[in-house]
Amino acid sequence: MNLETRYMGLKLENPLVASASSLSYTLDGVRKLAASGVGAIVMHSLFEEEITGEADRRARLLEAGTESYAESLSYFPETTPQRASKRYLGLLERAVKLSRVPVIGSLNASAPGAWIAHAQEIESAGAAAIELNTYMLPASVEIDGRSVEAVHVELLQMVKSAVHVPVAVKLNPFFSSMGEIAVRLDAAGADALVLFARFVHPDIDPERIRIVPGIGLSNPYESRLSRTWISHLHGKIGASLAGATGVDQAEDVVKYLLAGADAVMSASALLRHGPAHARVILDSMIAWMERKGFQSLADFRGLLARPEGEDGTAAERAEYVDALRSANANFHGPW
Amino acid sequence: MRATVDGNEAVASVAYRVNEVCCIYPITPASPMAELADEWSGKGIRNVWGSVPTVVEMQSEAGAAGAMHGALQGGALSTTFTASQGLLLMIPNMYKIAGELTPAVFHVAARSVAAQALSIFGDHSDVMAARQTGFAMLSSGSVQQAHDFAAIAQMATLASRVPFLHFFDGFRVSHELNTITMLSNEELARLVSVELVREHRGRSMTPENPFVRGTSQNPDVFFQAREAANPYYSAVPGLVEAAMSTFAEHTGRGYGLVAYSGHPAADRVAVVMGSAFETLRATAERLNDSGERVGVLAVHLYRPFPAEAVIAALPRSVRKVAVLDRTKEPGSLGEPLYLDVLGTLAEAFQLGKIPSMPLVIGGRYGLSSKEFTPGMAAGVFSEMRREGAKRRFTVGINDDVSGTSIDYDPSFDIELPDTFRAVFFGLGSDGTVGANKNTIKIIGTEPGMFAQGYFVYDSKKSGSQTVSHLRFGHRPIQAPYLIREANFVGCHRFEFLARADVLAVAGRGATLLVNSPYPAAKVWEMIPRVAQEQIVAKELELYAVDAGRIASEVGLGGRVNTVLQACFFAVSGVIERERAIGQVKAFIGKSYARRGDRVLKANLNAVDRALEELERVEIPEGSFSAIETPPVVPDGAPDFVKQVTAMMMSGRGDELPVSALPADGTWPSGTAAFEKRNVSEIIAKWDGDSCIQCGNCGFVCPHSVIRSKYYPPEKLEGAPGNFQSAPLRARGLPGTLFTLQVYAEDCTGCGLCVEACPVVVPGERKAINLAPREEQGGREEVAFFESLPPIERSRIDFATVRGTQFLEPLFEFSGACAGCGETPYLKLLSQLFGERAVIANATGCSSIYGGNLPTTPWTKGADGRGPAWSNSLFEDNAEFGLGMRLAADQHAELARDLTLKLREELGAKLVDAVLDSAQRSESELQAQRVRVALLKKRLASIGRLEATDLASVVDHLLRRSVWIVGGDGWAYDIGSGGVDHILASGRDVNVLVMDTEVYSNTGGQMSKATPLGAIAKFASAGKTVEKKDLALQAIAYGSVYVARVAMGADPQQTLRAFREAEAYEGPSLIIAYSHCIAHGIDMRNGLAQQYRAVASGYWPLIRYDPMVRAAGENPFLLDSPRPRIALGDYSRRELRYSMLAATDPAEAERLARLAQEAVDQRWATYEEMATRPAHRFPADARREHA
Repeated sequence: MNLETRYMGLKLENPLVASASSLSYTLDGVRKLAASGVGAIVMHSLFEEEITGEADRRARLLEAGTESYAESLSYFPETTPQRASKRYLGLLERAVKLSRVPVIGSLNASAPGAWIAHAQEIESAGAAAIELNTYMLPASVEIDGRSVEAVHVELLQMVKSAVHVPVAVKLNPFFSSMGEIAVRLDAAGADALVLFARFVHPDIDPERIRIVPGIGLSNPYESRLSRTWISHLHGKIGASLAGATGVDQAEDVVKYLLAGADAVMSASALLRHGPAHARVILDSMIAWMERKGFQSLADFRGLLARPEGEDGTAAERAEYVDALRSANANFHGPW
Repeated sequence: MRATVDGNEAVASVAYRVNEVCCIYPITPASPMAELADEWSGKGIRNVWGSVPTVVEMQSEAGAAGAMHGALQGGALSTTFTASQGLLLMIPNMYKIAGELTPAVFHVAARSVAAQALSIFGDHSDVMAARQTGFAMLSSGSVQQAHDFAAIAQMATLASRVPFLHFFDGFRVSHELNTITMLSNEELARLVSVELVREHRGRSMTPENPFVRGTSQNPDVFFQAREAANPYYSAVPGLVEAAMSTFAEHTGRGYGLVAYSGHPAADRVAVVMGSAFETLRATAERLNDSGERVGVLAVHLYRPFPAEAVIAALPRSVRKVAVLDRTKEPGSLGEPLYLDVLGTLAEAFQLGKIPSMPLVIGGRYGLSSKEFTPGMAAGVFSEMRREGAKRRFTVGINDDVSGTSIDYDPSFDIELPDTFRAVFFGLGSDGTVGANKNTIKIIGTEPGMFAQGYFVYDSKKSGSQTVSHLRFGHRPIQAPYLIREANFVGCHRFEFLARADVLAVAGRGATLLVNSPYPAAKVWEMIPRVAQEQIVAKELELYAVDAGRIASEVGLGGRVNTVLQACFFAVSGVIERERAIGQVKAFIGKSYARRGDRVLKANLNAVDRALEELERVEIPEGSFSAIETPPVVPDGAPDFVKQVTAMMMSGRGDELPVSALPADGTWPSGTAAFEKRNVSEIIAKWDGDSCIQCGNCGFVCPHSVIRSKYYPPEKLEGAPGNFQSAPLRARGLPGTLFTLQVYAEDCTGCGLCVEACPVVVPGERKAINLAPREEQGGREEVAFFESLPPIERSRIDFATVRGTQFLEPLFEFSGACAGCGETPYLKLLSQLFGERAVIANATGCSSIYGGNLPTTPWTKGADGRGPAWSNSLFEDNAEFGLGMRLAADQHAELARDLTLKLREELGAKLVDAVLDSAQRSESELQAQRVRVALLKKRLASIGRLEATDLASVVDHLLRRSVWIVGGDGWAYDIGSGGVDHILASGRDVNVLVMDTEVYSNTGGQMSKATPLGAIAKFASAGKTVEKKDLALQAIAYGSVYVARVAMGADPQQTLRAFREAEAYEGPSLIIAYSHCIAHGIDMRNGLAQQYRAVASGYWPLIRYDPMVRAAGENPFLLDSPRPRIALGDYSRRELRYSMLAATDPAEAERLARLAQEAVDQRWATYEEMATRPAHRFPADARREHA
């Protein structure tokens, strides 16, 4: 059975990619991912805030209580900590060495200069590609949509001009016209679009009457939005497409491929069930393909994508109306 | 190579490079030498022969000396760094090392030895206690000399085979920053003969050439053998001289066994060792300029005493000699150096080597870093001239008891006019000292400039004041005393202007820079009148800047150092302004680049903003403010506090005469209550409406500033306006009011109370919150609260945290770090048992915040009862406490005997009740207290001798609670043997180990309690050995009550453990998790970290009660639930762990994995123990009957 796929110019043994997660925080974690059978590994993101925040916090804690009392003018040995970016690069370098599948660096910076510098560092550490994690929530009510888009496009152009390895952009779904921004990013040189990043949606704990952090593992239901856009974009842009949320079992991967994805990313499944779960997914996928008589991914990739030339808007609208009718029938709704 | 370093670094840099093994143990002020050696070893820096020295931290100085002795026997060049009690612990081995003619150098930052009190400061008491060991002794008096003599000592020891003790003044030299010329590796390699190193190796123990060393000798030969080494000692002075002349050839810096300076035909000469020589030398020069004929002799080689060199160096014209000793030897004819010089002169006179015998007088000076100023030096010369000069004297104090002190003119000044002198008053947390150290380095690297810096710290760990003394000039600066007339005074906290000493140090016409929260136009009117008068009288130039606001606006929080440093350079003119600012910015670039753009830019902005906003304050003529400085202590304070403590609090302790001070080290307790430090602008604020009165906030408050009382509403009459109250939430007391009072002036704003509060009020608030101090009441409210009647102990439910809030703390307002993790346990101890407790406190943080003057936190209740507290040493605390138990048992037995003898007179019923009371429960104790009081009353009317006798021990009829407390450095390391022994003694003692997992007091050195994978000093690459399980060790005896507690995880379990431990008739051990600043946490998260430590299974809460075993049940109780979080979820939040992840990620990952495994394994063991039947635990033979 041939599971090979091409993703952002890279040849992958199979389409299942371990996406950025805490599993790649340690070399041991990377080793487990590499052994799990995934087709590629996206390292956890290098966050600009992490780099400066860590140094700041460390300096603050190191200084606390020093030079105040004659017996304890300091509390820690003099050591030379590596910068967080250096540690990231060190880990990436070692990950590249031990992994037989491509290792993709992930980057999240805040200042433009930092994006370029860190992207170049990631490239020279041996990453096969770079994923730009452009996590940006325009919380201000004064930022217009066009300028949000412009930030993404400029950022991509900047990084593309600074490195030679392929560059992917991980997007969030909240653009007025998702298709258009996808096309613009494609034109700006994106080698892949990763759909979608999940926003941190804080929750409220009614017991403690507090806002609590909202990061949790994704569930298969969440894949529908990503899959919808992949099916729309498949065949319409040159950049590869990766589905990146709601993957738990083989059927979730298959659905993404049927919609037209070149690669399918999972963090939640590997966190939830352990990295070895990748093998389970791949084996089930093979079984499914055997059952359906497919020999390779090419046999079924994009089978259920929106055909080229279809008026996507009209089709979506028609499906919406159908869906409501059917809901009405099932749940005795107002329609 | 020029460098600006302190004395410790100057010495360590040589010692490290000419040795192979360093065996050490942390002790102030020598610890930095060992820490530097460890740091260099960690970085792989090689000695001059190409190998990386090994640095090993031992369990005590006795251990360090033993290890060093072994390393020397093994042929390695070995050294150690120590001081004070540490050196005393090494003495037995010093005899051995010297007796075996072993070349080695001990470097000692000389410090006081604890007598009537401990002191961390400098004098020669320690080295003088080792002068009989057979070590040669070499004394250096400045940073440069300390550096050079470290090399000379090494050269001489190898040449002579006699071990050397090289010493220099603790703090004055060890901690003074000075610009010196450093020896290069090449120079050192040329100086220290490699042939002699090989000879040393050749004498080592080896199976290839076996011999026996360390025999037992008998009356027939011991004596002769002891004399056999004489030729080696006779050769030492010559070999030291030879080393000094070789040294001079290579470096151009010449030294002698002794050094004479002064008039060639002096009639009066002072003899001295250490840094005081420089003060005497410069003073003599000044006096000679005005026509006197005086001189000074420094003794460098003290043992073997260089009698010939002394005689040769003294001018023949000398008629009077004053020998100054920086030590005290009570009861002796005179102090050691005095006797040596006297003997030398007498012998020389007898032998006709000198024409006449001068009059020799001996004086003591400078004990415990007491200043030795040019005025005092001049006083010594003046005393010599006086008819009837005191034969034994002291200088620098007013001895109105024995009349030993001599007069001197404190205003006598010899400061060079071309030396720029600056004094800075800062807060410990504001970065002043760090910035000044940078300033010294900036100026010290300017061509042709020399710098000196010395820093004075106060006795508290939170909210402490620092005073920096900086001198700059165009020639090397030798002035080993504090600045008394500064050209520049930086007052980095506006409130300090009210302190007497801030402006006292300003010279006429000096520049005064004030960090002022007020705009320039308002500054003058906000300054207290006394300060204004001094500013006008001294014609000071006043500058002001709002450094706090600038720092906060540029994003530096409370770190005002960069702003004020820039202002210093802008107005001081030490180096040209533009160049200075350029250098400051360059230094910022170097220091902050690592911390990212934000911090770097914030600091650079701070410099620019400082220069923009610094303003000269115009001083209006004849206009003074009405702001008066408040009295140091309230009028109602006891006389002793007003007359003695208050002087010390206001920085005028030097002025106290001998008569004011207790002769035996006994001080009144409860003085911290008189020191209202107001260290935090943000303090706890109670929200009575939301409060559920659970008592958690008061339970965890490290500073005892949260107290609770309940009372009938009518008591509220006359309450001040801000006094808060709420209905008491308790059954059975309707209509009663409750107040939780925050002692506003004592609160440090640590926020632990807020973290402990279980109530959530919408808006991220609790029932207790931090709020600006001005929003809340202060002294009046506290006074009113204190006037409310205390809650009777018999009405308090001791079994609940809620109940304990009504118990009066007898440990309050300590100077521990804000948010300290140890002090809440001590406070609890004081609440539960304080009124009948005696406490033995090991040296460490708890002895410092517990007993460092001027004010101390252990106090007494309204009835005058309270804990009696004492600190003996670091190493002997367990034994010290056991002794207290033995005395108490002895006297209790005596009291019982006598009571029985007086049964008829005292009343049989009362006596029987007294003698039969078990006194284990609080109610039994209450009843016994009443009975003993009655007994005492009856006793007073009985005329028999037995009654008088009984009166002296009758208090022992109330069961005494003996507590032995200290940190992990004591319990796991230096005092481990003692702790083990007393736990095995079966006696009724309670051991409380406040486990911070590191030596906190001396600055974070590794102990055997330090966990696997954490970094600490001497474990900078991460500790690779698991923490010792002290609990399991103690459980193995079967007769010890053992508990492991963490207040932040389960306060109720902590309370239960304390009560059970105390009630247990036998030894008890409580190991208490104590979060610490040395963990690298925001202290406000201390309780949350305790919770996580328990939740991860790292710190399982347990209780082991032998009484339960005796009753046939499983005595091992696992009080905490199964691990719910990974160890990493706890550890990664602490810098001690995360630092390793930053320096060596792979190793951090490896150790973290092993640490998790260790946690899992220990948990499995504990879980299994929790299910064992009783008979599988050791029986307590004291209870097990046939």
